[in-house]
Parts: sequence; C-alpha cells; structure tokens
Amino acid sequence: MAFLPSEPPDLHVIHQRIKSNMEVLQDFKVKREEGRTRQEYLALLRRDMAAYYSYSDFLLKMLMDIFPLPELINFLEANEVPRPVTIRTNTLKTRRRDLAQALINRGVNLDPLGKWSKTGLVIYDSSVPIGATPEYLAGHYMLQGASSLLPVMALAPQENERILDMCCAPGGKTSYIAQLMKNTGMILANDSNAERLRSVVGNLHRLGVTNAVVSNCDGRQFPKILGGFDRVLLDAPCSGTGVISKDPAIKTNKDEKDILRCAHLQKELLLSAIDSVNATSETGGYIVYCTCSVTVEENEWVVDYALKKRNVRLVATGLDFGKEGFTRFKDRRFHPSLKTTRRFYPHTHNMDGFFIAKLKKFSNSIPKPQKDEEPAAEAANPSTGPEAVMEPQPKKKKLEGSKIAQAQKKLQPALKSGQSLKGQRRPLKAVRPSPHKSHAQVPNRKKQRVKQNGQ
Amino acid sequence: MRPLTEAETRAVFEKLGKYIGENIQLLVDRPDGTYCFRLHRDRVYYVSEKLLKGAVSIPRDSLVALGTCFGKFTKTQKFRLSVTALDFLAPYAKYKVWVKPGSEQSFLYGNHVLKSGLGRITENTAQYQGVVVYSMADIPLGFGVAAKSTQDCRKVDPMAIVVFHQADVGEYVRSENTLT
Repeated sequence: MAFLPSEPPDLHVIHQRIKSNMEVLQDFKVKREEGRTRQEYLALLRRDMAAYYSYSDFLLKMLMDIFPLPELINFLEANEVPRPVTIRTNTLKTRRRDLAQALINRGVNLDPLGKWSKTGLVIYDSSVPIGATPEYLAGHYMLQGASSLLPVMALAPQENERILDMCCAPGGKTSYIAQLMKNTGMILANDSNAERLRSVVGNLHRLGVTNAVVSNCDGRQFPKILGGFDRVLLDAPCSGTGVISKDPAIKTNKDEKDILRCAHLQKELLLSAIDSVNATSETGGYIVYCTCSVTVEENEWVVDYALKKRNVRLVATGLDFGKEGFTRFKDRRFHPSLKTTRRFYPHTHNMDGFFIAKLKKFSNSIPKPQKDEEPAAEAANPSTGPEAVMEPQPKKKKLEGSKIAQAQKKLQPALKSGQSLKGQRRPLKAVRPSPHKSHAQVPNRKKQRVKQNGQ
Repeated sequence: MRPLTEAETRAVFEKLGKYIGENIQLLVDRPDGTYCFRLHRDRVYYVSEKLLKGAVSIPRDSLVALGTCFGKFTKTQKFRLSVTALDFLAPYAKYKVWVKPGSEQSFLYGNHVLKSGLGRITENTAQYQGVVVYSMADIPLGFGVAAKSTQDCRKVDPMAIVVFHQADVGEYVRSENTLT
C-alpha cells in the first residue's frame, strides 16, 4: 500500500500516504508490512513530508530529530498558518484598558493576550491597519509577537540598572525593557546592522523611551567597548526555524552550514555577553539568551558551551509555561541544569518558536581553557564535524583556525580507519539511542557506530 | 558628540521658544536630575547627565543616538525641530490646536489643517505662532504654525488653511529612514 514508486507529485496521494505511514509507525510491530524496515518507512515518510510541506530534506531531517512524529506533523501544520497579531501596550504612555477602549472604538476586535502578560493584547480582526492608527503613531503600543515578550520577562529588569541589549533591532524588546524600568537607568541598545537601527531609533522615539543609547557595534567586541552591565539580553541572530510561518523561505534556504555558522556566532556573542556582565552587581548579574530557532545546535548546545567556558549557571527563567530544554539530544549530553531553559513552539503555545535561557554569573574571573582537552572536545561534540564546514569562515581567529586544523587532521584518519575513533569520540555507552530517536540516524553514521561497536 | 556652541544654543532655544515659550526653563532645570543638550552628527539630543556618562565610551562612529533627538541643524546652520521632540513639546505647549477625528488622518498624512477640520484652538493665538496639534482625545499628533490668528479663524471659509503643517507623528511610518 504505502510503497508506490514515485509518481507525478499528487499532493492528495502524498497526504494519504503520509497519514497511513504515520499510523504504521505509531504501532510498528502490528501494522508493518513484512520485510520493510523502519528505516525504509521513515525515509519514505520524510520524502513525502518534504514534498508535501515543501521543506528541504536537511531541515526536515533535523526537525524529525527534535520532534516525535505526531508532534512533528502538528509543528509543520502550525507553520502553514500565521500566528495571531499581538500588540504590547506602552505603559510609559497609556494603560492597557484605555488602549483597548480606544482601539475598540476604531473597530478593532481584541482580547487580552493571556494571564501571563499584563500588557499584551491579541488582535483578531480590524477594520483599520493596525500599524498606522493614530494610537500607534502616538506610541501607545508596539506591534510585537507574543513570544518576544517572554525574554524580557525572563530578564526582569529593575529600575536604575544598566542593561545591554546586544542585538536590539527592531527595538520591540528594548522598549519593553525601558517600560519595565520606567525610563530610569540606562539601556544600551546595540545592533551590528546600521540599516535596521533606523527602525530602532524610530520606535524608541515613538514610544517615548528616553533612557536608551543606540550604538552600532559588533556584539563580539563588547566588553571592550563598555562592560559592567547589570543585565544583558542577547537575542542572537539565528536561522529562524521557529518563525517559518513568518518567512517560508527558511524551509528551503537553510542548510547545515548556515545552522553551524549561526551556532558559532552565537557562541561568540554569548561569551562576550557574559563577559559584559558584572557578577558583583547587587541587583543583577543575569544574562538572558534567546533565539527564534528550534534547533538544538543554536540553543542548548550554545548554552552548554557557555556553561563550560565561563563562571555562569542556569537559573529558572521565571516563566511558568513552555517546554523544558533538552539535556540529551542524539549523541550529545548537556549539563542537567539545561532543564531550566524554556522552549516555545508554534503548535503548543500558538506563538513563534522560541528558546529562552537565563544565566546567572557568579564570578568575574574567566576560567582558563584547558589546552589539551580543547580540540578533542570540539571534535567529539558535533556529529558530522562542523569545524570542517565552518572553516572557510573569514572571521575565524588564527589561533582557533590552527586548532581546527589539528582537530581535522585527527578526525580524518579516524573516519577512514575507525581505528582511532574511540579516542576522539565520547564514550560509546552514552550513544545508545532510544528507539524513538534511532530512526533519525543517517545511514553512514550508522556504519560508524557499527565499526565502533566492533572495537 | 559635543555640547552646543553659543550660537547653536541660541538657535535651538529660539526655535523651542516658539512652541513652549518660557517653559524652556522647565526642560533645563528638572527635579529628577540634570539634563543637557548634545550635538552629534548635526543632530541635537536632549539627554540626562547620567545617560551621557554611560555613552561617552562608545566610539563616535558607532554611536547612533542617545536620549531624545530634538532636531537637526541644516547645512546653513538653521535648526529644525523634528517630530521626535513632540514628547517634550506637548506637555509644555502654550498654544494648542485640536483637530476633529475626521481630519486627523489628513494631518497624519502630512497635510495642513483646514478650517473644516479645526476642533478647538487656544484663545488669542497670534498669527504665525507655533502650535502643537492634538486629536480630540488629547493625543499629541504633531506641531505646526498658526496660519491665522484665533480671531481670523472664525471668519475664514471652511477650506482655508488654519495651521501650516511642520511635523506629525505619521513621519514615524512615512519617513523612518530620514527621521534621525
């Protein structure tokens, strides 16, 4: 039934086949066709889903690793429909009740966002453009996704603090911080893209934020320019796999290189964010790291890296919903405290896919990297050796570059012979995949494992 | 970033005085800390001393804005107020004009205020007096210059201009790129 040779793509047929294959895979022992392996089923399912939802094979493979099958379908479906339009009341200028009344008078149909937010409103439908009402222009509210309120709530800025927003465009989160601080203290709103800063300046002025300094620096230079902040918000640039409903181009234009390039930049940014915080601050010493991506490479992996490299620990985000972050993913094992990070998904929370981690810095000293451990750890971490992929990146420092070359040299013979693999990779006991995740393995990696097991 | 020179200060204060009169005093002497004017890339920023201290270590090339931008100096050294100063003009404005809901939109698109759209106007506004424009719900929408005195406004025909448009909050959407 399920294994027709590939025909001219008839979406209806494909959809049917996805459904029936899903059913089989849910109850594999009973419903499978004799002689067909799970791998075959999964490969077909992946091809079908890639065709039906028009994703690239790579991205779908990655999503399959993150979500169990029924959830994956929900996720893909949720990406096809837009998220509700939400706005945030600017409490510097008005109150939510007044704003809601003013908008209702203009023929806008709205509701409070949820119990967790005192300032958010959901717009169901509107007879006027919601981004051009006189109230909007007068700065009474900001158009902002529900998910982008969360990192600021996790950051919990206090009055009279010094706060750094490292990647601030277009200024939604920055103005929310200002609003929570009641325009006191100082916010340094930084972004590396001068074009996008124009909208930041416009938005901050429109919303009546007076405690912000806007700068156009590379975030990685940060503790050099200015440090000693009480809190830092790092909304890192990412592949955007959580906001596919906003930008469907992501379905096809991302590959592994892009993801790893993002992850690398994010690690650098997170380290400089941590270095810019003053651990001895009386009220603060916190860093909030967030991305609008769902991939583990850009989220847990980055935070785990920072935990190893700096004197920080994870603390509760203060958000009582959202899913816990992964502590184990495929062959990677993360620090158990990564449980306290939060993941938000379009299909479960009806907001953009998001990841939030809150870190507390407990010492200003930077632990020295242990020299010999370094390259081995780097090589062991990524499943397919991202250093090899990332090498052409221009901004690599020389020292790191040489390290990578070393790592590569070590890695390559390992892949050929399988002899020295044991030394390079993490202990194998940990790699035994749960049946759930095994389907995601790529065939050639499977081979490696067999070799290793034979050792 | 540097403090304004004597001439520049005079130009700025002269322009502000057209809208808020002697209330300028309130902008300079504030109970909640010292505020000052700074010039950066021909723009004039109104900024608290505290914020200023935090901003000095940012390289000049990468500093984009700080505090509130009040306006800019043109190439002929004239000072031009921008709509971003509205937050500080509106509370202190001496002469005000309210526009009817129907012509709010027209003003926000950058048009002058016509007699037909005029809701209220402060008594004894002189001709060419700087005024702040409000909606009937008392939301500040922009500012301009009275084309007619209050007395003359009563007599003119409905299509006559009563306030010349100078800046309106619609610019936040229309010309975000040239705003600051």
